[in-house]
Amino acid sequence: MSVTAQSTKSNPFEAERNGLQLRRSIVNKLSIILTGFFAICASLFLIYLIGYIAAKGLQFINANFFTQRPRAPGETGGGWATALQGSAIFLSEVGRGPFASFVRFLVDTLTGIPTIIFGLFAWVLIVVPSHSFSAVSGGVALGIIMIPTVARATEEVLRLVPNDQREASAALGATHSRTIMQVVVPAARSGIVTGVMLALARVAGETAPLLMTAGGTPFFNTNLFHQIDAIPLRIFNFTLSPYQIERDQAFSGALVLIVFVVITSLAVRWATGGFKRRGR
Amino acid sequence: MQELVASEGQSQAEIAIDIQRLDAWYGPSQALFDVNLSILPLSVSAAIGPSGSGKSTFVRCLNRMHEEVFGARVTGSVVIEGVNIYAPTINPIYVRRHIGMVFQQPNPLPSRSIYENVAIGARINGLAKGRALDELVERRLRQAALWDEVKDRLSGAPTQLSGGQQQRLCIARALALEPHIVLMDEPCSALDPIATLQVEDLIRQLKQHYTIVIVTHNLQQAARVADRTAFFLSGHLVEEEATAEFFSHPKQKETEDFITGRFG
Repeated sequence: MSVTAQSTKSNPFEAERNGLQLRRSIVNKLSIILTGFFAICASLFLIYLIGYIAAKGLQFINANFFTQRPRAPGETGGGWATALQGSAIFLSEVGRGPFASFVRFLVDTLTGIPTIIFGLFAWVLIVVPSHSFSAVSGGVALGIIMIPTVARATEEVLRLVPNDQREASAALGATHSRTIMQVVVPAARSGIVTGVMLALARVAGETAPLLMTAGGTPFFNTNLFHQIDAIPLRIFNFTLSPYQIERDQAFSGALVLIVFVVITSLAVRWATGGFKRRGR
Repeated sequence: MQELVASEGQSQAEIAIDIQRLDAWYGPSQALFDVNLSILPLSVSAAIGPSGSGKSTFVRCLNRMHEEVFGARVTGSVVIEGVNIYAPTINPIYVRRHIGMVFQQPNPLPSRSIYENVAIGARINGLAKGRALDELVERRLRQAALWDEVKDRLSGAPTQLSGGQQQRLCIARALALEPHIVLMDEPCSALDPIATLQVEDLIRQLKQHYTIVIVTHNLQQAARVADRTAFFLSGHLVEEEATAEFFSHPKQKETEDFITGRFG
């Protein structure tokens, strides 16, 4: 600060009452109010959405819901077990994405493709030759959808590993592969797990690619090569139903799906938070 | 190589590192120009110079770490124990396994315990296992003046340690390779004055067993720890002298300007 600027007033820490100061303080207050307003809007919408689904859906959540197959319209109760089972199989089917950065362009392209295209791909690849909707084809479609998400997330966290650590390892005479596997990947492990979990949460809600691969069925099925149900598919089918009870049950399904995604996110938080505690 | 050594007028046993016509590039830009220098065994040599003078590049050329940077390359020869480490048959991985290196920022591996951070050096060279490894780790930690501070928490994370302790852990890790030469790239620049003095004491002790090359931006540090000091400017080795002579009677005008604080 120059001497001349200080000499105009006695206390340099006291704000001057001029136009510039006034404008700054107004802009400051205005931006705080605006950000607060939009934050409230966003949360209100989310709370409303979850609250509405919970209110509509909770009435059908009971033991039967998870274990019984959907009944014919008119019967009470009915379950989503088939859908849960299908989703679980899809999730366990999915492969881990590659983390090589040389496929980044490809991966970015994949990210931009509507998910229904992946469904079409799996349909052409598996459903058409086998003449049947199947859990496997759904798994393939969802797995491909996961690849770009997992790959990009993994790449990002690998980049975050400080170069110091690569140098430390290299200076000890570790080979490049040993540096990656024993130094870089362990350091990024929590981030990679986060990426996989978020990708899982994302595909758990996919509907479009399943329409033409898993097919959807109200019956239990343990054969991976036959058509199988999934929560998003069942929501889709129930929402289109002419029966009030099925439309209401769609909300129960939506609630279960949201709870699943929330639990996944919380698990991610817990895993990364735990990592931070260990690191300190 | 014998001829090169002989032409310097010194026998091979008196030279730990013999550097001849060393040029280094980062992509198209040249960072070192025709550096010629002989480093004596069991001595401390300091490389000083302003930022971008090539002093760090120089020290990274001595264990082929320079090539870790994408697009970097080196020509010339660096002869260590009679072997030119830039000979085409030499694998840089093996060069690095026999030369310890300490970096500017303490860089212990955070996902490994304190014990493992030291043991990794010995493991890479297959030096010891089990009980013998425990002894080696203790010996190196003692040598790095860190044993008493960490002996009760060897399985703890290195991130619990202070910056100075982390740097001494990195020194212990470098020593666990059982090298003859230890390179230090501004090892104290991230440390407070107390930790700096501890590391400097350590360097003076290590000199009895190791040949040490240290890069520093701190002239006083070079004066305190080094037997010989080399001044780099714009990629050229301007002058190299016994430290006392270097600071009291610099031969080159640039050296005098630098050590009297006229630039840099």
